[in-house]
Amino acid sequence: MERESIRSNGRSWAAALKATVPVLLGYTTLGAAFGLLLVNAGLPFWLAPLMSLVLYAGAAQFMAIGLLASGAGVLEMALLVLALNARHAVYGLSLLGRFEPCKRWRPYLVFGLTDETYGLLSTLDAPEGSDEAQREAFYAAVTLLNQAYWNLGTLAGALAGVAAKGIAGFDAAGLDFALTALFVVLLVEQLRSMRRPEPYLVAFAAAALAFLALGPERLLLAAILLSVAGILALRRRLP
Amino acid sequence: MSSAYLVGAVVAMAAVTYFLRALPFLFFGRREPPALVAYVARYLPPVIMTILVLNSFKGLKLDRAPWGLPELASAALVAALHAWKRNALVSIIGGTALYMALIRLL
Repeated sequence: MERESIRSNGRSWAAALKATVPVLLGYTTLGAAFGLLLVNAGLPFWLAPLMSLVLYAGAAQFMAIGLLASGAGVLEMALLVLALNARHAVYGLSLLGRFEPCKRWRPYLVFGLTDETYGLLSTLDAPEGSDEAQREAFYAAVTLLNQAYWNLGTLAGALAGVAAKGIAGFDAAGLDFALTALFVVLLVEQLRSMRRPEPYLVAFAAAALAFLALGPERLLLAAILLSVAGILALRRRLP
Repeated sequence: MSSAYLVGAVVAMAAVTYFLRALPFLFFGRREPPALVAYVARYLPPVIMTILVLNSFKGLKLDRAPWGLPELASAALVAALHAWKRNALVSIIGGTALYMALIRLL
């Protein structure tokens, strides 16, 4: 009986390993970029793995580097993360049914619901013929593996950052442009899936208004709040 | 930069993130979410990404050399590469390499 269960969980893990290969490639490199940038920003090494363990939210972690390095307020950062990760509040809606029988792992499955993990868990399912326990093992394996990849990358990047500091003449100036590049990439992805002009125009107008009224320091949060108001005002125009 | 500040900020951001991810499981159960929540949530991702990109450019000095050229040209390369190949790594590495070269050459 015990051996049977180990063998069947092995099948769930094998399927999860296969399903998460694209995430392996993306998370190790992006995680490494995060670790490297954090150390380069003058923040202590240990902060990188801590964030990848307890926060585990890619875009928020990248955004937090600059904020932490400049000593931004904790409340301001919490509000920014609230706005930035608000999309996660809808992810669970399509997984309510799937996670319902997963009594043991559900708290962790919910914790690990990044964009990519959500993408996998909402699109793929456990190997055919899996029972409830094997399904749960598959969901848990996918979530655990993804966070392991992210943490592996983070650690490697942070170590590389510390090592690079010891190398005379190493000049990483401009490496932080990778963050801007990441946001441009995500924006192009959005342009593919959301083809209406209104959200982009609202965001542009809100950012311009926030910049002119409050200056560059308070732009981010003000622009997001103004945009939400703008989106609500367009309720009759947008589907 | 005190360790207490860093840990406190990370814990606060982690709590907010976990709360957001748990929200549907806490409140909606198997019911449909309120229409207004679903409506705003649908348009938030494109809005946030636009603002994050614009926010990256808020410090540009357009009135003096090199007139923001490294940032704007590199971002244009990232967008072009991504529209063409749709490989996030290629786009990010290509654009960052161009930026690192331009700020040294211009």
